[in-house]
Order: sequence, then structure tokens, then C-alpha cells
Amino acid sequence: MTTPRTLFDKIWAAHVVDQMGDDTYVLYIDRHLVHEVTSPQAFEGLRLAGRRVRRTDATIAVADHNVPTEDRSGGIAEPESRLQVDTLERNVAEFGVPYFPVTDARQGIVHIIGPEQGLSLPGMTIVCGDSHTSTHGALGALAFGIGTSEVEHVLATQTLQQKPAKNMLVRVDGVLPPGCTAKDIILAIIGQIGTAGGTGHVIEYAGEAIQALDMAGRMTICNMSIEAGARAGLIAPDETTFAYIKGRPYAPQGDAFDRAVAYWRTLPSDEGATYDKTVVLDAADIAPQVTWGTSPEAVVPITGAVPDPAAEPDDARRAQLRQMLTYMALTPGQKLAGLPVDVVFIGSCTNARIEDLRAAAEIAAGRHVAAGVRALVVPGSGLVKAQAEHEGLDKVFLDAGFEWREAGCSMCLGMNPDKLMPGQRCASTSNRNFEGRQGPGGRTHLLSPAMAAAAAVTGALTDVRELV
Amino acid sequence: MDKFTTLTGIAAPLNMANVDTDKIIPARFLKTIKRSGLGEHLFASLRYQDDGAENPDFVLNQPKYRHAEILVAGENFGCGSSREHAPWALLDFGIRCVIAPSFADIFHGNCFKNGILPVVLPPDICDKLIADAAMGTNARITVDLEQQVVIRPDGSKIHFEVDAFRKHCLLNGLDDIGLTLEHAAAIDAYEAKLPDWRPAITGV
Repeated sequence: MTTPRTLFDKIWAAHVVDQMGDDTYVLYIDRHLVHEVTSPQAFEGLRLAGRRVRRTDATIAVADHNVPTEDRSGGIAEPESRLQVDTLERNVAEFGVPYFPVTDARQGIVHIIGPEQGLSLPGMTIVCGDSHTSTHGALGALAFGIGTSEVEHVLATQTLQQKPAKNMLVRVDGVLPPGCTAKDIILAIIGQIGTAGGTGHVIEYAGEAIQALDMAGRMTICNMSIEAGARAGLIAPDETTFAYIKGRPYAPQGDAFDRAVAYWRTLPSDEGATYDKTVVLDAADIAPQVTWGTSPEAVVPITGAVPDPAAEPDDARRAQLRQMLTYMALTPGQKLAGLPVDVVFIGSCTNARIEDLRAAAEIAAGRHVAAGVRALVVPGSGLVKAQAEHEGLDKVFLDAGFEWREAGCSMCLGMNPDKLMPGQRCASTSNRNFEGRQGPGGRTHLLSPAMAAAAAVTGALTDVRELV
Repeated sequence: MDKFTTLTGIAAPLNMANVDTDKIIPARFLKTIKRSGLGEHLFASLRYQDDGAENPDFVLNQPKYRHAEILVAGENFGCGSSREHAPWALLDFGIRCVIAPSFADIFHGNCFKNGILPVVLPPDICDKLIADAAMGTNARITVDLEQQVVIRPDGSKIHFEVDAFRKHCLLNGLDDIGLTLEHAAAIDAYEAKLPDWRPAITGV
């Protein structure tokens, strides 16, 4: 009998091309997603070395980080952003890389469009010069972020030099209470294991509460694996996965789809497979979450309060908590519920899929954004936007006083004109609450789309369960 | 890539945990198509005040640390994004080695690709090195990759672990892509056996 293997072990073994060093392997990469921010220097490197892109048929490019989310018919106003997007367009033309132009309906955040187009498939290795590549792990693919040197390496060789990761299991048992979402699960996990809890590991999410999630929810979970320090997040492919993939433009079609599914069914971790680390949560204990600090691990239920640094015994940790409270303009023991917000951002590769917009619209419907609050809805792709408009969600948001935008990364990291002003407090469905992440001096509270909509219509952090 | 063999230099203490990549270089400075010139934006939010003037309290603005080549930091250094602009900014400033109790994975890997040596040492040892670094120009720290030792100003040696393959690449300044292409025949053979259901991205 063979040794039981995890999902990660199986994908890894299927992609080892050769051994390089004691513990370093040449790992084959099935899909390479390219965007404008981390690729210019990689293409330049190819050019200088006289190298070509080895597999243009395994590579896809899109501009997302810099693109304006207002009317784009006039092009990009900001010169540096325009230069990056123009450079991408020149590079994809020169090297023959498939590309979704900014004006194409398929344009969007790279981690939204991969699954949406059927480009990201179970059992694949998927990389991108972006840490949130972990998103694609929701399909049962080994997907992780890489630096620009590695982007160049993959373009040139279709492989990476890699060491195997350790296996970590995060099992979420039970049933998620009403008003709680995948975002609340992953924030609760990060709150428990910390931002370095997954370092050196690939996290496999399992258990009843994970299996019950739709693909959008699974993507939200895997997306934030990097916020727990993990190399990647994985969820075993199942019927939900196969149904999601079937018929998507770049997915296998017909007989090829059936053969693919037959293979994908062999991927889930074997009975008795062992993990280097295991964490178990009970979904019943999870309440809607909101971060209060400048690290995703600084999170509490909306019913909770800001911790008191004085209660922290470790000197360095206590100093860090104080710095977070100063930056966030919060006081020890302060309740999170009722904290006024200036801006609400619904979007990002974490929460800008159609399901996220539906959840937010459900709360927004028949209500209105509170006076003095600016609320943006930024769909994850042109196709998500079109679907939302087909369902009338744009009208719900606009009637409620939200701004309805074009697709892109937007205020998640403020590389385009959408950013916070210093001192502004934002309820955001994005993934990072680091100092200055959404704009210098901006204060970010991470939460779910429904919670963000609740904050928009009440003007303050609010327990969404009071509005449903 | 530049080789890394032995480095003797001033070490700057940055006694903070979870220094994220947005802190090392904020996203607004990623709008470049070059690798060079990012040093002026290193630690921008800590290093500059709102009016753009230098924050005199920040360690790298103090005269004795302006030429620091080593950074001694807290745990989980480099967490957050995959931006290689973070090591590029460190390198452009002149930092060739970061010592910390732990690093985030992607940042750790990116350092090796750029001739920067990340050294992992236990928290109590890092505390001692932070105390050494606090002596500023009166103290030089040596990092010897070949011997895998950090030599404190008092001459005492601290051993560190480093992945043998990465050490080899760094010591010799090897080009990763060139090394991988030595396995080109294996890559060809692998591609010849790719499953037939696996779609090509064509006709976009």
C-alpha cells in the first residue's frame, strides 16, 4: 500500500520536472498570470538576455492594479500608471502573450478572471507576480505569488526552482451561523493562527463549513491564505468545483472535460494523510468579524472591543499594539460597533465576485448610504459588472447612493486614483489593513461585503445581523 | 546578480515585528518599469513626514545609519505582498543583509534573487545584535556566508543556517534562469507528457 498523500503532495509530485539541489526542484508551471505592476522588469530581462516566452499558450496578461475605475474611454490620465499599462501592452505584443485589453469585457482583477474564464483549473500549478494568487487554490490548484525575478524565470522556462512546502490542515467543522460568510471564517482563522501562522506551509482548508461554501466563498478563503503567511491555500475539488468550471471559455470542453474530471477526482487528500500542523475551528463559534488594527490578525467579532495593550505581557508586542491603536485612532476597550466610517469600499480580489455584490446589495436595497459617507462598489471584472447590471444590482447600489465603478484593484491598494485621504476611516472588503495600504494615513477595517454594506447605510461599523 | 560572500558593515536596528512590504515600500511607488532608484522610497511612511521632510527619529535618517548595509529587524519581516520592489528598495539604499527571527516566505525568496542575504537567528540573538547595532558606527558586524557566521563587534561568532542551494547561488552570483535551462531536456520531456485534457490558451 502506498503512503497516503495530501492534495498538496499530489499536485507537487505531478509537477516535479527534475531535481536541482538537495531539496530544490524544477517545478512545472501550468498557468502564468501576468499584470502590469510586477512584469515590466521581467520582460526587460528577457529582452536583455535575448530570451522568448517559452509557453505563450500557458500565459495570460491583464492590467488591473493601475486602471482607473471611472470612465476609461479617454485612456489613463496619470502618466506613471499609463506608462505601466502601455508597457504591458507593448510587451504582450512583442512576446506574443495573450492579453485582455482594458476595454475588453473580460478585463478585471487577475485573480477574479482566472477562475471566471476557466483558465484556473484543479490540479494545476498557477503563479502570478502577486501574493493573492493563493485565490486560485479554491479550485484545488497549487497557486502562489512570486516576485518579478521569478516572473521572468517562468516566462523563460515555464518552471520555477522550488522547495516543497509543509502541509497544514485548517478544518472548520459545523455550520456557519446566519449573517456570517467566508470572509468571517478566514478572518477568524487568521485571528487564531496569526499572520505568520502558515509560514512555510500550504494550508488545506477542509471540514463541513468549507465544503458548504460556493466557489466565491472558497476563493475568499484561499485569497487571504497569504495574510496567514502561508505559501498557498487549497480546497479539495468536488462537485461544486466541477459544476463551476463546466462550460467556462478556457476550461476543457466535451470529452476532454470528462477526462479532466476523472483526474480531478483523484486529487483530494487520501484518508490517513498526515499534516505537519492542524488547526480546528467550529463554525458555530464564528460571528461577523472586523479588524481593528494594522495587521489582519488584529481582528475581533463585531460584538467585541479593541484590546488593552496594558494586558499584553510581551514588551515588543505591547509596543506594537499601542502603535496600532495610535495609527487607527482607537482607545483600549473601545467597542467596534458604532465606530463611524468615512468611506466604504466593496471590491478587490477578496470580495468582488457576483456573489459578493449580491450579498452587499441585499443589505443596501431599500436603504441609503449615510450622510457624509462615500461608498464605492468596484466589480472584480467587466463580466461581473455586466452580470450585476443584468440582475439590476447596479440600480440597487446607485439608488442607495453607492458609486458604481469599472473593474480593477482600486482602493484595495490605491495605485489608481481611488484612495483614502489621511485620517479617513474605511470599512473595506479587501485583504490588507496595513498602515497606508489604502492611501497614506488611511485607516482600514477589513470585513465582509454584507458588513461593509451595513457600515455604508448606517455610517458606522455595524453588526449586519441587526439589519437582516 | 551580484555575489554575496562576506560583508562587514554598519547594522541599523529596526526593532519592529511584522514589517510588511507596504511599509518597506508603499504601493504608490511601484509604478515604475525599472528596478533601480527605489532606495529613496524605502520605508517611506516611516522615513518621511507628511510634508515630505525627513523624520529625524527614524533610524535610517540618523547620521550614523545612513550608510548601514545590514538591517536587524523583528519577526515576520517582509510579510504581505510579493513585490520584488521591497528587496530592490533595500538594495538601492545599500542594505545587503537583513537579520531577523523570521521572514515571510515570498520576501525571503526574493532577497536571494537579488544578492541580499536574509539571515534567520533566534529572537534572543537578534536582541543582542540589535544592542550591537545601537552602537552605530562604533560597531561593525560581519556576515560571512561561506562560513555561515555572523561576527559581532566583540569578535564572538554566531552560526546561522542557510539553504545549501541558495547559498551556492548567492556565493557565485549565479543566474537562476541559466541554471534551470541546464534542465531543458527534462522540461521538454515533461511537456511531451502533459495530459491531453489540459487546454492551451489560444484565440484570446
